[in-house]
Amino acid sequence: MNGHPLAYLDSAATTQKPIQVLDAVDDFYRTKNSNVHRGAYALSAEATDAYEGARAKVASFINAGGPDEVVFSRGATTSLNHIAYGWGLNRLSEGDRVVLTIMEHHANVVPWQLVARHTGIELVYLTLDDHYEVDLSGLADLLDERVKVIAFSGMSNVTGTLGPARTLVEAARSVGALVVVDGAQLVPHAPMDVQDLDADFLVFSGHKMLGPTGIGAMWGKPERLEEMEPAEGGGEMIADVGLYESRWAPVPHKFEAGTPPIAQAVGLGAAVDYLQKVGMEAVRDHEHEITGYALKRLADVPDLTVYGPTDPTHRGGAVSFSLADIHAHDIATVLDEHGIAVRAGHHCAKPLLRHLHVPATARASFYLYNTLDEVDRLIDGLLDARRVFGLDA
Amino acid sequence: MSALDELYRQVILDHYRSPRHRGALKGPHIHAEGLNPSCGDEFSIDLLIDDGVIVDVATQGQGCSISQASGSMMTEAIIGRTLEEARALADTFKRMMGIEEGENPLDPEKPGAVLGDLEALQGVKKFPVRIKCADLPWTTLSDALDRSES
Repeated sequence: MNGHPLAYLDSAATTQKPIQVLDAVDDFYRTKNSNVHRGAYALSAEATDAYEGARAKVASFINAGGPDEVVFSRGATTSLNHIAYGWGLNRLSEGDRVVLTIMEHHANVVPWQLVARHTGIELVYLTLDDHYEVDLSGLADLLDERVKVIAFSGMSNVTGTLGPARTLVEAARSVGALVVVDGAQLVPHAPMDVQDLDADFLVFSGHKMLGPTGIGAMWGKPERLEEMEPAEGGGEMIADVGLYESRWAPVPHKFEAGTPPIAQAVGLGAAVDYLQKVGMEAVRDHEHEITGYALKRLADVPDLTVYGPTDPTHRGGAVSFSLADIHAHDIATVLDEHGIAVRAGHHCAKPLLRHLHVPATARASFYLYNTLDEVDRLIDGLLDARRVFGLDA
Repeated sequence: MSALDELYRQVILDHYRSPRHRGALKGPHIHAEGLNPSCGDEFSIDLLIDDGVIVDVATQGQGCSISQASGSMMTEAIIGRTLEEARALADTFKRMMGIEEGENPLDPEKPGAVLGDLEALQGVKKFPVRIKCADLPWTTLSDALDRSES
């Protein structure tokens, strides 16, 4: 890239794909391509098996109680919209409260705002403390019967902050509220056991965990999925359709209107196989090592501020920073000239950036394929940015 | 000079760090705001127009060095100009940047003769994703000029 080998440090945005995933998608289109759940011929049965087989793999990856607890969607954003519309719109009313954190991605903010517009619910935010951890000091005062949902990010895509899942699940249970975990940045990077997590919903995206774009998942507790209405209607999601009323197909199909992203689901299944072969503990440990090394080296760059927790074993591998008076986009342009891909901007988390009083940050984010050498190149690139902007290296 | 050094020329960094005509105008003026939603860069402009001439200008904004420097240089270029001249200037700038079709208006023999300091922004052309940064103040200016005539 620009005369250098690519150092891809933007996996929080989307990940690169292993050849096993590309092959799985390619093989599906070459040998099994047909629609699922309808054809009365062998090829369609094979496609259905591949699609449902991927569901079983994803269910096992997060230790779900069974494949029927996993709904395929376009990704975490769509999953959160399903929950907000399918559950929230039908079960929340004026005066009810949804508790979010200030570090949420827009995907876990805007759908609830849309629900608020229709129902008059109130959104309440937990903020971050000076150590970039979710501030729980006001939580006890906040908890009463008005709180119906606590929805939070498992790991911030900006600061790497871990959502305090245990505390928030307990808090929600104490008032009978629902727990929604945005796992878009968490599920790809650490072992996940939904039975241990004990939330009501967990959502994530395939493309952030080595899989294709256009596929993701919503895990839900069976009773939640049963009581939840579909947010989209169409083919595939029905048991019977009359002129004025219809009956839904059983869970999880009632949430999968239309022809699903079949090849993409198969690709996600291959991604899950790949991650399990590497081992999610190993993935996590590698990221701890590389994030720790990055934080240590970034601390030596003059005038550089990291926005996030300092302990690499209690945070994710998304590292946001600013450098002197150099705007994040200018940092990204200089790094790009060195073949280093980082994100610059508000990272779809404007409430958090306002809270941090920064209009934009640069962000390096790591995954299992990144190396310590790439961190060294990042540091060299940042020192060159200082030189270009007339600051002492 | 490397492409990076050509992009971030001294004059650009100077305008970025010490933007000219910064602030807001008091009293009657024309106001316009511009935003690049994809990157979050913001730019707003106040124009005081008297008898078809831009007699004062003030801008505010936040964003990358390219967008803010482009805006700062623009203020120096348009002050004292007629509305027609300002429009022609915007057109010349956009042709220099390849944003609008047409011949490059610059004279290679005489650097700075056509657009002054603004010619330093040519380095942005090697970074296509950043051209919209340089263009933001000019789009905002065009919006303000349109308002002045309606």
